[in-house]
Amino acid sequence: MHPGSDEATLDAMESDLHAIPVRFRAVAPACDYWTLRVVATREERLAVRQGVPEPVARSRALGAMVTVEVDGGLGYGATSDLSGSGLRRAAGEAVAWARLAARLPLPGTGQLMRMATSGDYASPVEDPWDAVSAADKLAWLAATAPRLRAGEQIVDWLAALYHRDQQVLLADGAGHETLQRFSWVAPTLRAVASDGMLTESRTVGGANAVRQGGLEQLASLGFPDRADAVGEEALALLAAPPCPSGVTDLLLMPSQMVLQIHESIGHPLELDRILGDERNYAGTSFVTAEMFGSYRYGSELLNVTFDPTLPEQAVSYAWDDAGTPAERAHLIRDGLLERPLGGALSQLRSGLPGTANSRACDWNRPPIDRMANLNVEPGATPFAELVGGIERGVLMDTNRSWSIDDSRNKFQFGCEFGRVIRDGELGEVVRDCNYRGISAGFWRNLAAVGDAETFHVAGVLNCGKGEPNQAVFVGHASPACVFRDVDVFSEA
Amino acid sequence: MITRDAFDTLADALLAEARGGEVLLLGYYAEDTDFARLNRARLRQAGHVAQRELHVELIDGARHASADIQLQDDAQADLAQARAELASLRELLPQLPEDPYLAYAEEVRPSESVADGELGAREAWLDAIAASTGDLDLVGLLAQGVQAHGFANSLGQRNWHAAASFNFDWSLHAAGGRAVKSRYAGSRWNPEQLTARIAAARRRLDALARPTQTPATGHHRAFLAPAALGELLDLLGWGGFGLKSLRTGQSPLQRLADGRHTLHPAVKLREARAGSPTPGFSAAGYLLPAEVSLVEEGRFGSALAGPRSAREFGVDVNARMEAPEALEMDGGDLAEADVLATLGDGLYLSDLWYCNYSDRNACRITGMSRYACFAVAGGELAGPLAPMRFDASIYDLLGDGLQALTRERERMADASTYERRSTATQHLPGLLVDGFPLTL
Repeated sequence: MHPGSDEATLDAMESDLHAIPVRFRAVAPACDYWTLRVVATREERLAVRQGVPEPVARSRALGAMVTVEVDGGLGYGATSDLSGSGLRRAAGEAVAWARLAARLPLPGTGQLMRMATSGDYASPVEDPWDAVSAADKLAWLAATAPRLRAGEQIVDWLAALYHRDQQVLLADGAGHETLQRFSWVAPTLRAVASDGMLTESRTVGGANAVRQGGLEQLASLGFPDRADAVGEEALALLAAPPCPSGVTDLLLMPSQMVLQIHESIGHPLELDRILGDERNYAGTSFVTAEMFGSYRYGSELLNVTFDPTLPEQAVSYAWDDAGTPAERAHLIRDGLLERPLGGALSQLRSGLPGTANSRACDWNRPPIDRMANLNVEPGATPFAELVGGIERGVLMDTNRSWSIDDSRNKFQFGCEFGRVIRDGELGEVVRDCNYRGISAGFWRNLAAVGDAETFHVAGVLNCGKGEPNQAVFVGHASPACVFRDVDVFSEA
Repeated sequence: MITRDAFDTLADALLAEARGGEVLLLGYYAEDTDFARLNRARLRQAGHVAQRELHVELIDGARHASADIQLQDDAQADLAQARAELASLRELLPQLPEDPYLAYAEEVRPSESVADGELGAREAWLDAIAASTGDLDLVGLLAQGVQAHGFANSLGQRNWHAAASFNFDWSLHAAGGRAVKSRYAGSRWNPEQLTARIAAARRRLDALARPTQTPATGHHRAFLAPAALGELLDLLGWGGFGLKSLRTGQSPLQRLADGRHTLHPAVKLREARAGSPTPGFSAAGYLLPAEVSLVEEGRFGSALAGPRSAREFGVDVNARMEAPEALEMDGGDLAEADVLATLGDGLYLSDLWYCNYSDRNACRITGMSRYACFAVAGGELAGPLAPMRFDASIYDLLGDGLQALTRERERMADASTYERRSTATQHLPGLLVDGFPLTL
């Protein structure tokens, strides 16, 4: 059953993933139901640091996970050997584990969700990554990087581009197949300023900005136009006073809202946490099943959606990794909690509604409940009025530190860049900005939501969760928002 | 089945294709792992993962680039794919500028380390867990199997490191969010050890059945068990000891390295690779020192230098990555049995969680208490601690605030499984401190 070596190269297999389920069907085991998920990934990292190009690093991966249902037990086998014999071995492992799972089952988890549709999805790409050579992209980085060095006190500076292409094919024993082709780009502009006693950094992109699409997305993520500002702001931070301390108004820009949404709305609403699966690692949730439909999560200004439909957002897709068609849904409407982030299996286990968010990071990890695109919907307040409505407060921009308890309640976040707000006007730059609070109260103090002009589509590249661990991209879009009575500080 | 032959055969064929002045570096990683995820002491998700990866780095003069590919465990297909990647790199190289910091091992130093283990059968694990837990609510992950790391270059060097191991990372849970964390990791499966650990955790869980204590914010005496100290040091590894981080002013330990601060003289930290499960060679073929002193009697020792930083700053390579993988700290005089009595009134912190820097310049870290943390009064456990936030500088905790280190140390295997199973370890004592600041 081994294909010849020419047919078995990654190029050949990537170009026709449909051939892999055909091969698998010939060796599929006797079982109640099976799915085969094939994932093909290509990545490239390019960077210029302190004027020196970093080594070009490329990676390619291709593998498959067979999942089977046998007598009320589930098991999986994952392999990068995609020959008939390799797939047969993986299926054998899956069946063996399924039989053991049937002996010691966690109630409600013995059913493999049935696919019901077939079709294709592809990221919209205008300017493909490969249309520009690596040498030209490196030259672009080399031309951009010096702009980050706004002065002698810039001691480290980096311009980088990251790209990932991924194909995900999901097939089942009933003949359904979905094939999704994704393309992502993520830029980084970073400058570190130091005077020998103090070090401050400023970043655009990095771990908190990723979009679907091609090189056309870079401009809206600030690359390369923000390069000069990044260097200048790093120097400004070095000369700035520490953030003032006290309970005050807080204006969070979208680059910090990303983390605020992620940690204190996204994770607490993951249904598998509420069901207890994550108690040994990522944690549980202060949200309980009884709260859906009645709990006031935030002020009436808070509207949060699971939205797989924004074409450029990081995790727009047509199906999740369990094959459930993805649709936009409100999780929080006018401040009231409506539904959790839970895939089809979690919905079955809990009796709650959910979303198509059963996701796996790669071929070698099974799907679990994850955030996908989780957004705060824009409001009606222009940016000038957000600032104008604050008598005393602080604007904070760009996350640099995040910490939250295992039920996602007590949090403390830090931002790279701050500005004091007095009498409705933006004042001086401040450094070392931190704030802390409790999720359950924080969102109820949401006092103003920026309009569509302040709305920015971003994402997180490193959301970690699950046993075994999985890091996935997550999309977050948000306007700038104002919160009242927040404990803001520089030194604890 | 993971075999050295599979790598050697592939390496022989591929390295023979190096042309003229080219140098080829190959890195190999293979893993056959069973993952069994449990919730309520029952299987939530279970399966097997077989993955094979090859790192190909082509060097020509001062130009170089690399590609990582997944292997199929089929000699012909893998060689064809590796050749295709090599051709692609060969095409790319002339487009790239020269790299002034290119560094790879030019001295040929082969090595081999193979550690066979005795791994429990799947059924035996599940039977032992079921028999030991009874009605207990156990949540966690069992990961077990064989991992192999290989290196080969066209200069003639070969290195191989393979080991069989298991890591069962779990916790017991009871009503009211009370939980006890425990671990069982090693290479020789013994169901009696597992049963004993579950029984010990059950006793600790019973001790949590007292009214929850919410201490006032402010400074407290506190004992940090090895796992709690491990969380802090794990974060400190994130840029703390790396040479590049230090030379660009970004290390949270900058003031220690500059001599502006010192830690308590009892603080002795080292990267102790000898005997640890981590491979003794780097991706560039360097054999790594058995030991690197990171903090010696409270003063900064050596930075961890990967190949590029070492070349840039003119020092020897002493690390794979610029973060500890086998961190060891000396113990002190405090007997574990005397911890509560010596603590008197304060906090017993079994585990910390979600640590991050609140001020890198001051090496200040915030995080949360988690699992079986207790308020202690008069040398007795007064009750479980509500989840509490702290915000503390390492310069205080391991400086003037340090009261004692335990004589006994705990060896902890990292349970991380992002992309692949971690081989990192920590070997740490517990830490008694004065002035542990709770903030929320």
